[in-house]
Amino acid sequence: MPWSREDLAARAAQELADGFYVNLGIGIPTLVANYIAPGVKVVLQSENGMLGTGQFPIDGEEDPDLINAGKQTVTELPLTSYFSSADSFAMIRGGHIDLSVLGAMEVSETGDLANWMVPGKVVKGMGGAMDLVAGVKRVVVVMEHASKDGAPKFKPQCELPLTGANVVDLLITDLAVFTRNSRKDPFRLIEIAPGITREELRRKTPARYME
Amino acid sequence: MHQRASSKVYPDAVSALRDILRDGMTVMSGGFGACGVPENLIAAVRELGVRGLTVVSNNAGIDTFGLGVLLQTHQIRKMISSYVGENKEFERQYLAGELELEFNPQGTLAERIRAGGAGILGFYTRTGAGTLVAEGKEQRTVNGESYVFETGLVADISLIKAWKGDTEGNLVYRKTARNFNPNMATAGRITVAEVEQLVEPGSLDPDHVHTPGIYVKRIIAGKNYLKLIEKRTVRPREGG
Repeated sequence: MPWSREDLAARAAQELADGFYVNLGIGIPTLVANYIAPGVKVVLQSENGMLGTGQFPIDGEEDPDLINAGKQTVTELPLTSYFSSADSFAMIRGGHIDLSVLGAMEVSETGDLANWMVPGKVVKGMGGAMDLVAGVKRVVVVMEHASKDGAPKFKPQCELPLTGANVVDLLITDLAVFTRNSRKDPFRLIEIAPGITREELRRKTPARYME
Repeated sequence: MHQRASSKVYPDAVSALRDILRDGMTVMSGGFGACGVPENLIAAVRELGVRGLTVVSNNAGIDTFGLGVLLQTHQIRKMISSYVGENKEFERQYLAGELELEFNPQGTLAERIRAGGAGILGFYTRTGAGTLVAEGKEQRTVNGESYVFETGLVADISLIKAWKGDTEGNLVYRKTARNFNPNMATAGRITVAEVEQLVEPGSLDPDHVHTPGIYVKRIIAGKNYLKLIEKRTVRPREGG
């Protein structure tokens, strides 16, 4: 049985180590915050200019001056700090963020990521995604193994315009988890969803990977 | 005490912009989504009716708020932004070829503005290397890493929203309403700020000033802030 969205978020959360500064993308990556293990202290960065992003406010206490990068109302913590957009991306580009979790439309077998643009469709913009993959130390991608129309998303090459070339370190799909030791290495299968055979996974994965 | 001959304080947004705003200008506007947006100054741009503007702003507002109100009146010719997802009229004008659009990665946009304000011609960044963003730009490979050359950005006028400001133009922002505002304040040939609380010099702790007054040429006390929330997310009151 394929893993659920919650399973994917919980799996991604296992990558968070105590003391990490982390940036979570929009969608499934946002759910990762709900699965941080007890005793693991992680500081969440929001690229609109906040370090130490707290949970949603209590109903009635929301503050229009206090939002995360997904434009959701949030709260501050005792350790919170605020800064400008230029400072925020200096933090990101400068390699000070330990890990980022992002969604994807396509990932290639050499770690290219496409998640911002489909030619012929209305383009909303890349936001901070290109900066995050260019600067964050470790990039974790969480996505469905296939698109809604069944097309595989982990492929030899991305067909969509790239967000970054050779930037993905760990890929978590609803069927399997793939990792690589460095950005010079190929991806290796390390986990497979219950009830999914290795043969089935091979059939559904045009990208090359090691077992 | 020395009294300055001319005051930076203007009575309202229209009077702060009337003699400087022209057709075809490049205007920076602070804000991230609906947060930290110079609402009064944008309304004044609309009222003054200038056209053909190039607007640098992370987002394009929503249909009835922020820069959305200048799209309704077709005053914007070109947007330089990183994400414009929440605006139907923007989408319509863009698809109809009425509006030019330049996407910058958000961090590249912020750094271009910072560089522009700091007198830096440009910088090499890994962001966008190997993507559409790098096309047509100078590129360098150093120690096996690819970098893209991005130029600094300046504006004819920067529109800034702060929380508190004094009559000398020193500004303090509040929470995530800071975002692009302090960077844009440095990159405007003329920077005009609106504040929720306009105070006398000495009221702000000099150690807590985010934007030193040198950057701010004109300042107004804003009024009637809407401060929209785009995505209201809450949790229930415990036991309630």
